[in-house]
Amino acid sequence: MSDIFNVGLLLSALRLATPLLLAALGGLFSERAGVINIALEGLMLAGAFTAASVTWYAGSPWVGLVSAVLAGALIAAVHAVACIRYRADQVVSGTAINILLTGVPALLSGAFFLSSGSTPQVPQENLIPWTPIVIAGLLVPLTYYVLYYTPFGLRLRAVGENPEAADAAGVSVNLMRYAAVLISGALAGIGGAYLSIGQSSLFTRNMSAGRGFIALAALIFGKWRPVQTMLACLLFGFTEAVAIQLQGVRFGGEEIPTQFVQIIPYVLTIVVLAGFIGTSRAPRALGIPYQKEK
Amino acid sequence: MLELRAITKRFGEVLANDHIDIRVEPGTIHAIVGENGAGKSTAMRIAYGFYTADSGEIVVDGEPRQIQTPHDAIRLGIGMVHQHFMLVDTMTVAENIVLGAEPGSAAAIDLTKALGEIRALSNEFRLSVDPNAVIHDLSVGQQQRVELLKALYRRARLLILDEPTAVLTPQEVEEFFAILRRMREQGKTVIIITHKLSEVLAISDDVTVMRDGRVVGRVKTKETNAAELARMMVGRDVLLRVEKPDARPGETVLSVQRLSVTAGGGERGLRDVSFQVRAGEIVGVAGVEGNGQTELIEALAGLVPAARVSGEIRFRERDVTRTSARERYELGIAHVPEDRHRRGLLLDFDLSENSILGLHYRRPAVSAGPLLDLSGIRARALEMIQDFDVRPANPDLPARALSGGNQQKLIIGREFGLGPKLLLISQPTRGVDIGAIEFIHRKLVELRDEGCAILLVSAELEEVTSLADRLLVIYHGRLVGEVDPRQATQEEIGLLMTGGGKANAE
Amino acid sequence: MKLLRELLFPVIAVLVAFVVGGVIVWVIGDNPFEVYGLLLGSALTWPDGIGYTLFYATPLIFTGLAVAVAFRCGLLNIGAEGQLYAAAFACAWVSIKLGGTVIKGFDGSPIAYGWASLPAVLLVPLALAAAMVVGGAWGAVPGWLKARFGAHEVITTIMMNFIAVSLVSYFTQYYYKAPGDPIMESVPIGESAHIARLGSFVPGLPERLPLNVAFLLAILACVLVYVFLWRTKWGYEIRATGANPSAAEYGGINVRKQIILAMAVSGALAGMVGINEVLGYRYRYYHEFSASYGFTGIAVALLGRNHPVGVFLAAILFGMLIRGGIFVDAFSQHVTKDLVEVLQAIVILFVAAEALFRGPFSRFGLLKRSKV
Repeated sequence: MSDIFNVGLLLSALRLATPLLLAALGGLFSERAGVINIALEGLMLAGAFTAASVTWYAGSPWVGLVSAVLAGALIAAVHAVACIRYRADQVVSGTAINILLTGVPALLSGAFFLSSGSTPQVPQENLIPWTPIVIAGLLVPLTYYVLYYTPFGLRLRAVGENPEAADAAGVSVNLMRYAAVLISGALAGIGGAYLSIGQSSLFTRNMSAGRGFIALAALIFGKWRPVQTMLACLLFGFTEAVAIQLQGVRFGGEEIPTQFVQIIPYVLTIVVLAGFIGTSRAPRALGIPYQKEK
Repeated sequence: MLELRAITKRFGEVLANDHIDIRVEPGTIHAIVGENGAGKSTAMRIAYGFYTADSGEIVVDGEPRQIQTPHDAIRLGIGMVHQHFMLVDTMTVAENIVLGAEPGSAAAIDLTKALGEIRALSNEFRLSVDPNAVIHDLSVGQQQRVELLKALYRRARLLILDEPTAVLTPQEVEEFFAILRRMREQGKTVIIITHKLSEVLAISDDVTVMRDGRVVGRVKTKETNAAELARMMVGRDVLLRVEKPDARPGETVLSVQRLSVTAGGGERGLRDVSFQVRAGEIVGVAGVEGNGQTELIEALAGLVPAARVSGEIRFRERDVTRTSARERYELGIAHVPEDRHRRGLLLDFDLSENSILGLHYRRPAVSAGPLLDLSGIRARALEMIQDFDVRPANPDLPARALSGGNQQKLIIGREFGLGPKLLLISQPTRGVDIGAIEFIHRKLVELRDEGCAILLVSAELEEVTSLADRLLVIYHGRLVGEVDPRQATQEEIGLLMTGGGKANAE
Repeated sequence: MKLLRELLFPVIAVLVAFVVGGVIVWVIGDNPFEVYGLLLGSALTWPDGIGYTLFYATPLIFTGLAVAVAFRCGLLNIGAEGQLYAAAFACAWVSIKLGGTVIKGFDGSPIAYGWASLPAVLLVPLALAAAMVVGGAWGAVPGWLKARFGAHEVITTIMMNFIAVSLVSYFTQYYYKAPGDPIMESVPIGESAHIARLGSFVPGLPERLPLNVAFLLAILACVLVYVFLWRTKWGYEIRATGANPSAAEYGGINVRKQIILAMAVSGALAGMVGINEVLGYRYRYYHEFSASYGFTGIAVALLGRNHPVGVFLAAILFGMLIRGGIFVDAFSQHVTKDLVEVLQAIVILFVAAEALFRGPFSRFGLLKRSKV
């Protein structure tokens, strides 16, 4: 067993937790402001594709990273306008964004790189395997600070809990929500960039493979709070790392099924949602479009 | 200080404010009184930028102003304490107070400065509250102080208070009035929305009386009295007296013993209520809305979770306290709910489908197995629509397309069609046009004369006094008196309703 | 008039989506008219185009109905994907266990997977029932979690999707994969469990097309869902709960029960995808076979206004897109079949943000909003 649980495993857990954390912190901003963001998956894909393509073209991962941030924010803006301006169902809009982003990168890579859904390899020297980990690590205290110590954070939380009260106090509910959703796109974009130019060296079709949803689960498991969400991401990253390590490992002559390790995050999230261990209370106005004079 | 000129506001069909003129002098306490739905809150929400008026003008300190959002109002020195507090439950007192007007820079809220200012304000107006407490741990009285501090922190010179005493105990009301007087001494202007006349007389300098979306009176408090205000408040342009023979009550149908309902979210609850309703009589319940009427009717209809109900409800000698809504319906208890949009109708369903709600699971709505007899349902719906004069008489229209009066007639038709032994009916004519009111009243008397026991709740004093054979008055979740509606005057009942009678049990 | 109004927004949404998609195609460097010609033209040829279109539409009818039934109860079931995986596996499991599957091992000796070898008259109904019951149960769990604990069905169904995929992959990998098979798929089901391809009895339709009896079941499901929702007391209670839970409660309806029931029915419908896939097409469980049918079902239901007729039409449209997409892939210069997903997404966005169109339409008085 000891050759499974070693420093390598912890490092791998950290690497696997990073994109989850970036997306989950993005989701945190959006959801604390009252806008459900199940589009994290799509936003990550937008970031991943943009980062790989732009880095390949421009030859600089930094340009690629910034483009990924912008792409994430741009796609998030679509979600924001649909949900805030046109009061679309936030879950439905998020689902549409997810479907859109399985199609768009594939369509573009087919057109520009004549491939079926992937970008060309980015050269080794243009990869950023560590920077996003550092960014994610720094973002946790920063998010905590912004949320609890700045006017922006106070207003953000108020808008997600009781938009009417925020409005009555002179805070523009819609403005705060737009800002929050755009931030969520930017952060998920970084998470996506890490997938394509950090962990690997190219974009492949649907490379986020459900990480946006796990990030969402981590956010719920972490009760919509920055530090707890980080711990949840680390836990989920760790289970994934273990699942990878266990692949093909025999224990007492029997192959250990990794599937049971893989489902841990999902089962835990359901258990938390049902209130079996502690309660995870969502921001009260989550999912409800704000409308004056109703 | 503040002047509303010809403010008009429409919500769909309803004219909530019809050319309202209100003038508030600086340094005074100005009361705006009126029944529920008179348009008081709407007018003040317009002044605070929560709603935008369709037409009219707002003048602040002699200058016409555009107030589009609360932010605009705050900048002009207007603050408002809403009836339902606008506080974020999960945040602290200090956070709520500074929200939207945070001291310090964009990078950091200066908490020390905030706490200092809050302490200073608390001392100045004697509004003691712990700034670090979380809102949901506070009593409503304390929460109200937070709301006041919120407005004062924003340097409000004019405070609009919407039904501020509704949530307070009599002792708290005294304290609260002391605070208001202190504010007036400091040069603040206060507008207080209320329907409690005793309070108006105790605290205000001027009174504006509103009824049916219009201003019907402006008086100096010193020059008026409760009787005059009550008359202005409840008086009707058209007197709707119901011609009805004397009741001939039969056996007791409903017997309620020490019924209590613990308060749910934001409700007051019901305390130790006992009374009887006999066959062939209409028992009215008068009271200002929100004094436990909703809980009473819903508990009798079986719509309150059993865990919140104590006491005993007997229907024709049978204990029904723990039975489900459907069982009570089966036994012959019909219910016309107070809010037809929330409870009584499926607005997107057509009239046929609405005509079977509650009866949809059995004959004649169901023909074979689980199958609904659609043509039969439609035929019976059409018959009912004609009997109860629902217009337009088209069973295929969605309920949403009907006016309030016709929606109400549909519900009444459905519930009367049950052949009930007991009818629970709440606010039967709210938002209903004059013609439909008369029709509904006539139908109620007819049903009574057929031997049905009727429990009628209405916020319209006129309505309960003219329909009821016996009248109970409810205040703060208790029955505070029974009067003979033919003998008692509106002023007497009004005083009981507003907690001014000797029967006040508080 | 009512029908026209119902059709208006979906049709606009589709047209706008095609325009936006056309712009994307043009930007990429192809001629939008040619691409659309290819897309729709190849879906309408007889017999291949139409046969494949209907085949691709079949799972979407099931998932579209599934989403619609839940939606009518006020629930958003985005767990159709998990429900159909669990159901497809259950369907295959019954057809293997009771279909007497025997395969040849490495040494040529037979390995028996089945317990019994039932005749088709017994086996097919049992396999159908297995798909529906397991799909229904997989849907009922989030329903119960919502009714009992107030856990939001959107999150729980997403989680249940991943759990279903993992569990099914486990059972396939460790118990039902043929030894040495490099593909994640089960051993074949018993032959008596196969359901007929329409080509075997429809004149002019070749039997090589995978369109099978499941398509007829899908049409039947549309009819039954319509009857269930609008002609039975159960459907009335589900719809009343979705329209106004407070009023439903007033009408003596047990709201919690309706939530569980609606999710179970929804899951059972999603589970029927397994019938098309396992009994009518691949004759085995093939892991991760679903091309996001569960999620596309949301688009189908929304576009079809959560009505069986609309769902049927929307599913056919999306079936055409899937069929045409393959041709776009093969024959156009730059554009790939991924255009189809882009179009779907834009359709959902526009249908969801209906207020976008309401504004201009009511402004020009083309559409009078009913009184609120």
